[in-house]
Amino acid sequence: MSENGGNGKLVQLTGKDFKSDQEVRWCPGCGDYAILAAVQSFMPELGIPRERIVFISGIGCAARFPYYMQTYGMHSIHGRAPAIATGLSTSRPDLSVWVVTGDGDALSIGGNHLIHALRRNVNVKILLFNNQIYGLTKGQYSPTSPLGTRNKSTPMGSLDWPFNPVSIALGAEASFVARSIDTDKKHLTEILRRASAHPGSAFVEIYQNCNVYNDGAFDAVKEQTENQIRLEHGQPIRFGAEGERGVRLRANGSCELVDAGDDLLVHDEHQEDGALAFALSRISHTPHGPTPIGIFRDIERPVYDELMAEQLETAKAERGEGDLAELLHAGDTWQVS
Amino acid sequence: MTGNQALGLGLIAASTQSKLPLFLSAYPITPASDILHDLARHKNFGIRTFQAEDEIAAVGAALGASFGGALGVCTSSGPGIILKMETIGLAVALELPLLILDIQRAGPSTGMPTKPEQADLLAVMFGRNAESPVPVVAASTPGGCFEAAIEAARIALKYRTPVFLLSDAYLANGSEPWLLPDVAALPDISTEFAEQPNVDGGFMPYQRDPETLGRAWAIPGTAGLEHRIGGLEKEDVTGNVSYDPDNHDHMVRLRAQKVAGIAADIPELEVDDPDGASLLVLGWGGTYGPIQSAARRLRKDGKKVAHAHLTHLNPFPRNLGAVLGRYDKVLVPEMNLGQLLKLVRAEFLVDAVGYNRVRGLPFRSDELAEAIEAML
Repeated sequence: MSENGGNGKLVQLTGKDFKSDQEVRWCPGCGDYAILAAVQSFMPELGIPRERIVFISGIGCAARFPYYMQTYGMHSIHGRAPAIATGLSTSRPDLSVWVVTGDGDALSIGGNHLIHALRRNVNVKILLFNNQIYGLTKGQYSPTSPLGTRNKSTPMGSLDWPFNPVSIALGAEASFVARSIDTDKKHLTEILRRASAHPGSAFVEIYQNCNVYNDGAFDAVKEQTENQIRLEHGQPIRFGAEGERGVRLRANGSCELVDAGDDLLVHDEHQEDGALAFALSRISHTPHGPTPIGIFRDIERPVYDELMAEQLETAKAERGEGDLAELLHAGDTWQVS
Repeated sequence: MTGNQALGLGLIAASTQSKLPLFLSAYPITPASDILHDLARHKNFGIRTFQAEDEIAAVGAALGASFGGALGVCTSSGPGIILKMETIGLAVALELPLLILDIQRAGPSTGMPTKPEQADLLAVMFGRNAESPVPVVAASTPGGCFEAAIEAARIALKYRTPVFLLSDAYLANGSEPWLLPDVAALPDISTEFAEQPNVDGGFMPYQRDPETLGRAWAIPGTAGLEHRIGGLEKEDVTGNVSYDPDNHDHMVRLRAQKVAGIAADIPELEVDDPDGASLLVLGWGGTYGPIQSAARRLRKDGKKVAHAHLTHLNPFPRNLGAVLGRYDKVLVPEMNLGQLLKLVRAEFLVDAVGYNRVRGLPFRSDELAEAIEAML
């Protein structure tokens, strides 16, 4: 991205240009740093001037993200970022609107707004930093914590069955659903690239390590790369150190993990009804074994913002630009003399 | 013309008079839904209507639209209003314009959804966490809803603040002949967006207009003025997050002072007192009609009664204290258990008396006349 440097010359922007002057205040070692760095260095590639980019967040550690971006931003209230972003995005189709959220923010207190934004296909890119814990409030279990999680609020183990964020997004009919990993900059950047290019809602779950309250929650996938099932469109789904394992579809529509043969499931991001994507999302309910990462689903569906703008255009074409005096004098009027 | 129709037209007028696109969001609720229905039919005015998934999303979307430079409005009634309060508190901290219409109905809880009441006044005044002042405007007649909508929008835009506009189920569905407003005479309520750096070559989002105390409002898309706002306490001027004790005290007072200062910018309270009465009947909102006719009825019998009616409830008109001081007796009829009464007694130390009925029915002029007469 380049922008006018003030002297009439175009200046090439870099990741640095997207750093605000605010001191970053996450705990040392937090996965959020890596995500921030990846997003900042990706931003110039977006090709959109900084002033037309907006980051909106709710509450939580991840929610401090907008303060660190040299763009427009709003740090709002718990769970409500998708609703606020919906109003902004639909009323300002010229903007690139991003929501940064966490597992508690998006899936607990803000669950309703998340699913409805995805259902409508509002033109908002939603980055969900999943660390399976409440970090800001110092370590209670979250809606993605595994059953039996022991911490301050659940000394005998949590009783809640966890959500799988990708399954939730697919169930909400999201048109773009992906998963990536905080420290895998190359993969994350590619996912951001695809998410930003997608017309409509894009949902990206990012496995994010909370080294203070839930250290190593994703090590089984992050460190043991043989457990990463990397989804690639049009390719048989393989994984393992040598690609010796793969994913096969059972007769009942679910996925099984098998030794690679010639009957592996071929990944199709564009499959219309999302059934294959959902089956893939069920392979690992919690990331403790082979787990798919990459793009589960990428389909085209009417974009809410565009539909809304079209209705305005249609109304103007049919009835002409609104005229207040005419409107006031319409209907049952009479003269008093 | 019904109150809800007049509100819809008033919002359209507020949009044309502010030159800002209207974004109206709502979750269906009686007796407010008709405003959404009406505005959804007028998209040729560039109006975006959004039926949200819940009350909280409705106000959130309106605030998001305001952040983007639209006239963000949401409509609801008591139970929905309460759900919106956290977001309205955010709007107080963000200092962004936002209009919240509360078409009051009988409560508590689901109450009697089709029946009028005036019992949300204290909720909209105080129903948020911490010191969170919000201006309140109340329509007095169905036709008056039109002007009230424009006035509420004017205050919101000029002072960068959320504003409550109160109506009720009686005004909403009550109908009256309406003198068509002269469009050319409607006020210009346009506001200016920041377009240039305002302090030492940088942009300080909480730099204020010294007169209104409204902050600089730069909307996304304005090059060079990129900034972040949020619900965490702001440092004055810079808008940076601040936990400084003195700054917090200063900001709490500033926000209060900004709202209180609106009193200089609203009309003085007019008193209808043709005969030099010693009793003042002070009303607000939808009781205007019955109080007026009760006063007329008594005057016909040679009794002296004064009537003043508030459309601005926060802040009060700057002469309200003086007006109250001129009368020996003050009667405050309300369709609640004495909410305005509490406010005026607390604010002005006057020994005002309430007349309170909460039957889900508008006052009748004969019952009011009787109550007034009993005090004469």
